[in-house]
Amino acid sequence: MSRLRVAALSVLALVTLAAMLAPFWARSSYEVQFRETPDARPSWKFPLGTDALGRDRLTRLAYGTRVSLLLAPAAALLTCLEAAVLGGIAGFAGGRIRSIILFAADLFLTLPWLFLLIAVRACLPLNTSPELSVAITFVLLGALGWAAPARIVCAAVAKLRQSDFILQARAMGCSRARLLMRHLIPNVAPVLLAQIWIAIPVYILAEATLGMLGLGVAEPLPSLGSILRDLQGANLVAEPWQLAPAVVLAVLAGAFQLVLPREDYSV
Amino acid sequence: MKRGLLLVVLALPVAAQNELRFALHDEPKTLDPFLVADEPAEAIRYLTEGVLIRINRRTQQSEAELAKSWKISPDSRRITIELRSGLRFPDGSPFTSADVVKSFERLFDGSLHSPIADAFQSAKGRPKVAALNDHAVVMEFPAPTGSIERLFDQVAMVSARAEHRPAPGLGPYLIAEHKPGVRIVLKRNPSAWKQPPIETIRIDIEQNRDLELLRFRRGELDLIDKLTPDLYERLASELPGSAVDAGPTSDFEFLWFNMAPQAAIPEYKKAWFRSVAFRKAISEAINRDDLCRVIYRGHATPAAGPVSPSNQVWFHAARPVFDPADATRSLAAEGFRLQNGGLRDSAGNAVEFAIVTNAGSKSRERIAAMIQQDLAKIGVKVNVVTLDFPSLIERITRSLNYEASLLGFVNIDPDPSALMNVLLSSAANHPWNPSEKTPATEWEAEIDRLMLAQAESSDLRVRKKQFDRVQEILREQSPMICLLHPNALSAVSARVASANPAPSFPHTFWDFGHMMLHSMNARR
Repeated sequence: MSRLRVAALSVLALVTLAAMLAPFWARSSYEVQFRETPDARPSWKFPLGTDALGRDRLTRLAYGTRVSLLLAPAAALLTCLEAAVLGGIAGFAGGRIRSIILFAADLFLTLPWLFLLIAVRACLPLNTSPELSVAITFVLLGALGWAAPARIVCAAVAKLRQSDFILQARAMGCSRARLLMRHLIPNVAPVLLAQIWIAIPVYILAEATLGMLGLGVAEPLPSLGSILRDLQGANLVAEPWQLAPAVVLAVLAGAFQLVLPREDYSV
Repeated sequence: MKRGLLLVVLALPVAAQNELRFALHDEPKTLDPFLVADEPAEAIRYLTEGVLIRINRRTQQSEAELAKSWKISPDSRRITIELRSGLRFPDGSPFTSADVVKSFERLFDGSLHSPIADAFQSAKGRPKVAALNDHAVVMEFPAPTGSIERLFDQVAMVSARAEHRPAPGLGPYLIAEHKPGVRIVLKRNPSAWKQPPIETIRIDIEQNRDLELLRFRRGELDLIDKLTPDLYERLASELPGSAVDAGPTSDFEFLWFNMAPQAAIPEYKKAWFRSVAFRKAISEAINRDDLCRVIYRGHATPAAGPVSPSNQVWFHAARPVFDPADATRSLAAEGFRLQNGGLRDSAGNAVEFAIVTNAGSKSRERIAAMIQQDLAKIGVKVNVVTLDFPSLIERITRSLNYEASLLGFVNIDPDPSALMNVLLSSAANHPWNPSEKTPATEWEAEIDRLMLAQAESSDLRVRKKQFDRVQEILREQSPMICLLHPNALSAVSARVASANPAPSFPHTFWDFGHMMLHSMNARR
């Protein structure tokens, strides 16, 4: 394991630990408004200062990171499950089934997912809690993101299907189910794992994009995207601490990329 | 000595040869002066179209423009306007009463659906315009109409002979270049009745307010209209002379509950929203002083009603009430009770509602977040939902699938008649129950009667008394919970001489007729 990977893993572990333990170390809830001290500079009480409503920036950053770190991997897992099933079927069955699935994948790749998310969000019941609303957003991200990884899985399975050991297994009378479970899936697993690692930062950034547009997590729940909105209009030269959420986002996205094993998964 | 003289000469305002530059935050949706419904289009219309009578944005008095003079009949049903003579459109045709009649025919054309035409509409129909001679027109209203002359501020006079629409008019500037989404360049109109000192106006389309401020600081822009409070504060600390707070506007931010009988919400919630005690308790639990201080950094005034205290003629003095304890008592008297920190109605339903507002407005989202915390203190749970604008409009005007909404009202004219399209129960923009066939409540019927009566009266004292009563009813019933009146915050560069920002739109360049530019050399 390279030093860079170890460093990335350590950073991820540290950020995850700090975010998950936020309820234990945060001095106030992320929603409490200290209205006498809006836009306060960093102090002992508020290490990253307060936002425009007087809420503790550090606490909100920790809770926002927690939302992303909990839900982005879940969404990535969902994506890869879909990709494994659909890509696996396409690659294994071949022929018309493969064409239909790949056509559907192409169709999904052309969808303007941002507008789709906005449209779906507009249809949600109004009294959906912020927690459920953000969970639905990530579920949608996960459900809509299967196309690209499915194509990769399909190519991997199709190539494996032609490999010598599979041919040998088939010649020995191995059933299709056993072939799939014992030979194909274990050999495609590293590809799927790589896709999960790739999808996590993509979904973190996708939520940040929605948040920047004001269409992310509802108040008062923070997310990296909604916190990043504060950068609009901020005087970053005079108040550099406001860059903290951007730094955390960049570190997270970078760390997830570096954690990805460098092995050659070409199939 | 010569050098000193040269400096003095250079320091004098240089008219005509320089270019005024500012930005609009969006591309104008239309250049047709009769179809203007958005601020960018209103800015272009203001600078390029001639009107008969203009409202002075500073004094709020009516001033003659293409009209030389006007006379209103004692019964307030007729206005006779004498036109300036010797004016010609850019196509060379003379400006006569035929053009005025044609302009109004076009404005009242039902197929055009002009939003400006609604201001001339009354229960008894629209006015009729006729030419008395080449330079005089008369407009007959079917009913007495208050402040008739103020209606003309937004009606552009177009050439009856122009073949293409929109055609260059009699405004102070002409569109010389238009690159959609990039910029609009205006040149002084040789046909204008009064030549403005500045020869060229370059208007960039700049959506990003940070970039707009950056360009202002670099000297690339001369004016900024509607600065956000945080950017205003930043500019005020960096360039104190450039940041201008022109005082409270007539605009207001407000919250209202969906009271439409056909609304797609549970019946028990409809019952809350129809309860005066519930609405007043919510109003009393909101700390408006905090909204103004925290979100607007003091550049806003708490609102007790839709009329701003800056509107000295029509404001009916009152202070908004903030009393959460009284709110809790009122709710208890109505059968609401606190249970485990949450409020429940007499049937045991948890009091929870969603406030919808438009995504992208940071100040509005912050207002909603503060209301959320204020109402949590009396046990009311609020969910804040930000929607893209088309979805929001669909919900609040068509499907009526919402519980409460937070929006703002932009008001140019301080006259009470400007609120007709909000306060009349039959109005499409009547927020809490749009387009009622007959007033749903007694107090709405009274508001209708008073608003129509004041519009038909020319006696200021009578109108004031009637409109005062309307304001009292709005306070008593709280159908819309007015929150604050934001100040007009703008930026004016040192390059601009005689700028006079006003609380009404367009705040910074309304007085273009007197604005001049110092030469850049002089500044250096």
